[in-house]
Amino acid sequence: MSPVLAGVLQLLALIAALALAYIPLGTYMAKVYSSDRHWRVEKWIYKGIGADPDTQMRWPAYLRGVLAFSAVGVLFLYALQRLQGVLPGSLGFSSIDPDQAFNTAVSFVTNTNWQSYYGEQAMGHVVQTAGLAVQNFVSAAVGIAVAVALVRGFARSRSGELGNFWADLVRGVVRILLPLAAVAAVVLVACGAIQNFSGIHEVGQFMGGSQQWNGGAVASQEAIKELGTNGGGYFNANSAHPFENPTPFSNLFEIFLILVIPFALTRTFGLMVGSVKQGYAILATMGTIWVGFVALMMWTEFAHHGPAFDLAGGAYEGKEVRFGVGASSIFATSTTLTSTGAVDSFHSSFTGLGGGITMLGMMLGEIAPGGTGSGLYGMLIMAIIAVFIAGLMVGRTPEYLGKKISTREIKLAACYILITPALVLIFTAFAMALPTPANSMTNSGAHGFSEILYAYTSASNNNGSAFAGLNADTQWFNTTLGLCMLLGRFLPMVFVLALAGSLAEQQPVPATAGTLRTEKPLFTGLLVGAILIITGLTYFPALALGPLAEGLAS
Amino acid sequence: MNNSVTNTARLLGAGLRALLVLTLVTGVIYPLVVTGIAQGLFNGKANGSEIKADGKVVGSSLIGQQGYSLDYFQPRPANGLGENSVNTQYKLILSGATNRSGDNPELIKWVKEAKAKVVKDNSVPGYTVRPSQVPADAVTSSGSGLDPHISPAYADLQVHRVAERNDLPVAQVEKLVEDHTEGRTLGFMGEPRVNVLELNVALRELVARS
Repeated sequence: MSPVLAGVLQLLALIAALALAYIPLGTYMAKVYSSDRHWRVEKWIYKGIGADPDTQMRWPAYLRGVLAFSAVGVLFLYALQRLQGVLPGSLGFSSIDPDQAFNTAVSFVTNTNWQSYYGEQAMGHVVQTAGLAVQNFVSAAVGIAVAVALVRGFARSRSGELGNFWADLVRGVVRILLPLAAVAAVVLVACGAIQNFSGIHEVGQFMGGSQQWNGGAVASQEAIKELGTNGGGYFNANSAHPFENPTPFSNLFEIFLILVIPFALTRTFGLMVGSVKQGYAILATMGTIWVGFVALMMWTEFAHHGPAFDLAGGAYEGKEVRFGVGASSIFATSTTLTSTGAVDSFHSSFTGLGGGITMLGMMLGEIAPGGTGSGLYGMLIMAIIAVFIAGLMVGRTPEYLGKKISTREIKLAACYILITPALVLIFTAFAMALPTPANSMTNSGAHGFSEILYAYTSASNNNGSAFAGLNADTQWFNTTLGLCMLLGRFLPMVFVLALAGSLAEQQPVPATAGTLRTEKPLFTGLLVGAILIITGLTYFPALALGPLAEGLAS
Repeated sequence: MNNSVTNTARLLGAGLRALLVLTLVTGVIYPLVVTGIAQGLFNGKANGSEIKADGKVVGSSLIGQQGYSLDYFQPRPANGLGENSVNTQYKLILSGATNRSGDNPELIKWVKEAKAKVVKDNSVPGYTVRPSQVPADAVTSSGSGLDPHISPAYADLQVHRVAERNDLPVAQVEKLVEDHTEGRTLGFMGEPRVNVLELNVALRELVARS
């Protein structure tokens, strides 16, 4: 069997597995966020928090909950890293420097998981499990909560109530992420991922001497790292490290974990707004872009244009033999079209165009299928924009899911789609104009520019992957990338929740013969077109200077 | 003003309590339960899949090693691998890739040199390696720098050298490589591969026996 055919079969197997999980998981999640009943363990947790889970919140209250919880999360994780040197169970590792600790704390709370640090030499057991892995759970749950609040905005009328943040947060963790992660972690251990609390292992080597590696709760963190579209690895090499991703099966399984919740949330959405077909239209949009990007990535990586790859006879630099080019292409595309940023192969050593595809995936706003929750709300914002464009063409007030898209709604949606491009382009321009940031580049020319563009794209979109030749552990990058992550996560959430609030206050408009049918393939086509055109117009000049210049030269 | 300060404090207090409770659940109970199950059911794997030869641990089957003499099968290059730069009381392996782009002059040089070395090392009397025979994995570094595998093509290329240097019949070494070649999982997942450490352990046993 040729590697290309094997790659295609792996893609088909993945699609089949996702299709099998779609209805049960999507339906289950809709029940989780619609149920009136509290589990006993949840009641204990609410008692611990001191919050009443049955109080309905309007959007400002919901937002305050999100921001307060996240602010505390950043401070706690920062403190944990700064105190590592005196914490027991930390392998004797010293405390993390202030700028790196800030960057890492923000990175994990914002679901970005940018790694400015080397996990295996810097982070002990306590920071990894009680700090980083905890944020892998809760940042994902916060993302789903905000998406569910927006969906309730569409589903509810004349109330302005969006649900209860604490209840959504706790249910997301307890009922969805925790059980799935526990099962996934055991599967990963069965494949060979390590899971222990030992100290530093010193083992003999074949040719004599010995080697040292650290143990750790790797499988348990790996499971939630993929499932919550987080991406911060236990080790520097992330999911390319054999202890995180030991076999071809574990590799496909990890891609499945990355994609399963974001795709299934479209069904949750459909059920909650009372029309599963609306969910299918969103799913079709996400699926079309994802499959299209995977196909493009496989094509360019198998074609392996580029002087070093031509010489080597294949684009194998930065890729593992057990995964090969095909599975690495699927992983790279899936991790950048979601907000994951885990890598099983190193994007900086992909072909010029392949690197461009990973960047473009993030620049779309990570909505195909996007991060846990953030993918759905990002895509719904794009749907509003698409409906608005369609409305302009026929001269009607646009409506979506029975809600009028008037000035206020479109302003909020426009603000949402402007934030990340502004962050990416402005900070990239500053980094290129200033004398010192360029010293961090490993490569020169177009690829050097790509390293910096990639870093700000990844941080502002909360992805976390990197063209990792860039030495990002400098005060400039730790600070500015930290700011991009914060603003790129929470400003969009402000607009999403404000939008949700204003939708929830409206009266529903009855559908008429003139209403755009948003559950039809025509709308899916319109939406895909709107996403590609808006992103293309925004980023084309930057892409032309970086990956396109590199890709077309080779 | 006073009222809003109190409200903010109350909200942050609720946030902190929520974080502490969820830390207990997801940061303490969850990893401990998973570790318990892992240690009980998959003890060897959970602790790093160590392999032994002559009763001594010689490494992990998942972690590729460097520094084999030419008597043994060679792994992939690992130009991105490092050693720890902080917490230097240890000598930890620092996983990593080179992150060089396809047009990077250094990468082009590495590939050229690696290819020349593979051709030279493996051309033995009666068997000449052509540059076009050298597979891509033999001249590139992996993503982790710890890739435990090489492609079957790269293993086959090394058979004549290994046979000659160990005074073994070529057919016997070919058989050894064949026995240690893993196909794609279920016929389509990943790529065919040979675990270098396991192959070399078996080779050493074979040499000791003959």
